Amino acid sequence: MIKQFYGKGIPHLDATRLKGKLIVIEGSDGSGRSTQISMLRNWLEQQGYATVEIGIKRSRLVAVELEIARQSTTLSPMTMTLYYACDFADQLEHVIIPSLRANFIVLADRYIYTLIARAITRHLNKQWISRIFDIALIPDAVFYLSVEPEVLAERTFRKNDTLNYWESGMDVRREVDMYRSFITYQRKLQRVFKDLQLDYEFVMIDGNRTPQIVHEELVNRIQPIIEQSAPAE
Amino acid sequence: MPSGMPGKLIVVEGLDGSGKSTQAHLLRHWLEMGGYRVYFTEWNSSPLVKNVTKRGKKEQLLTPTTFSIIHATDFADRFERQILPMLHAGYIVLADRYIFTAFARDAVRGVDRDWVRNLYNFASKPDLVFFLNVPLEIALGRLLDGRPKLKYYEAGMDMGYDTDIYQSFRIFQGHVYEEYIKMAKEFGFTVVDASDSPEKEQKVVRAIIQKRFDLSKYKYEWNVP
Repeated sequence: MIKQFYGKGIPHLDATRLKGKLIVIEGSDGSGRSTQISMLRNWLEQQGYATVEIGIKRSRLVAVELEIARQSTTLSPMTMTLYYACDFADQLEHVIIPSLRANFIVLADRYIYTLIARAITRHLNKQWISRIFDIALIPDAVFYLSVEPEVLAERTFRKNDTLNYWESGMDVRREVDMYRSFITYQRKLQRVFKDLQLDYEFVMIDGNRTPQIVHEELVNRIQPIIEQSAPAE
Repeated sequence: MPSGMPGKLIVVEGLDGSGKSTQAHLLRHWLEMGGYRVYFTEWNSSPLVKNVTKRGKKEQLLTPTTFSIIHATDFADRFERQILPMLHAGYIVLADRYIFTAFARDAVRGVDRDWVRNLYNFASKPDLVFFLNVPLEIALGRLLDGRPKLKYYEAGMDMGYDTDIYQSFRIFQGHVYEEYIKMAKEFGFTVVDASDSPEKEQKVVRAIIQKRFDLSKYKYEWNVP
């Protein structure tokens, strides 16, 4: 499969020479994303594939300052969206593209879709944000781990004792109490993701099941994709 | 579009060495001394963002794309928290550089023009854009005669034009100038000849503002006799 950008991409860069694979796992916190990524990574590396992981807020350029800015009460949804776009672009150019060029399998712990969905949920213009991500590479596969909001909440409580401010959409302030805000916000996000399926291709994965069963389904779906590139001897 | 907003947005654009910041400073001084509601904003100065830009430049981490987005982030923060509210509140907002600076520099760096315009499409259209026009050689002379220490990105060193930083600066500024000239028509810039003396230019600029706007609307109430 020849790599392409959603739009005009990155200046001076030819995507067609990129040989590795880009596999994206999307889903809310508590959807099992990180667990699945680490299971996939083990599975791939056991077979001799070189892998690298990227994710939100992990860029060398902005990760630290973005976290500081997030603590500020004056950060608007639009500024935050652009900040995240910069975080993405930095990883795209400094990690994703060089890794793909070196024949790696890039596992993305979320990609542009989360950023687009968050922006839309915060009433920003959909066309504006989608066009910004014309710079992004079209992945070889995108899996969305779909989990009922109530299950997400329960898993989050089990892990952290408390719901996350942003994942509860508290900056949008739909509800007075955090639990209800979380459920409302997560439902809304899921609707936005369903709509985004019309523009971007995702495979919906039922994430309400056990990690092992979800992993098996992902393996079955990813195997044919990576077989197109030869593993190490 | 600032339609319905009582404030006015006045932008000063130009090459490095065009005297743009001097003119913006003199305008600000004039308006403040006159008792007008004026808010002055500079490119690349948002407290939430400017450290990234600074570090990115220092460590040469920026690509044309991230250079473009980080400047848009900085602008968005200033726009939403200051420029737009001030325009709503009936201020004269005076901007030393605006989105046209990004349009020019990003285009020179090869970033798709339409993409950059989309990036900034939330910005209000200015009521007046001064373009301080100096022949390239004069702007370069003003800046380079003292052999100042030039910065990597400011000189367009990331473009690989030339290994000599002064030569690279000349080439880069030349391209930026071409972009400004193209935009002058498209966006209806008010072009001011800035190759003469600052005080003459300031006279011209003030006269244009007085002719274009009814400044009495922007007086602080308690200054009205």
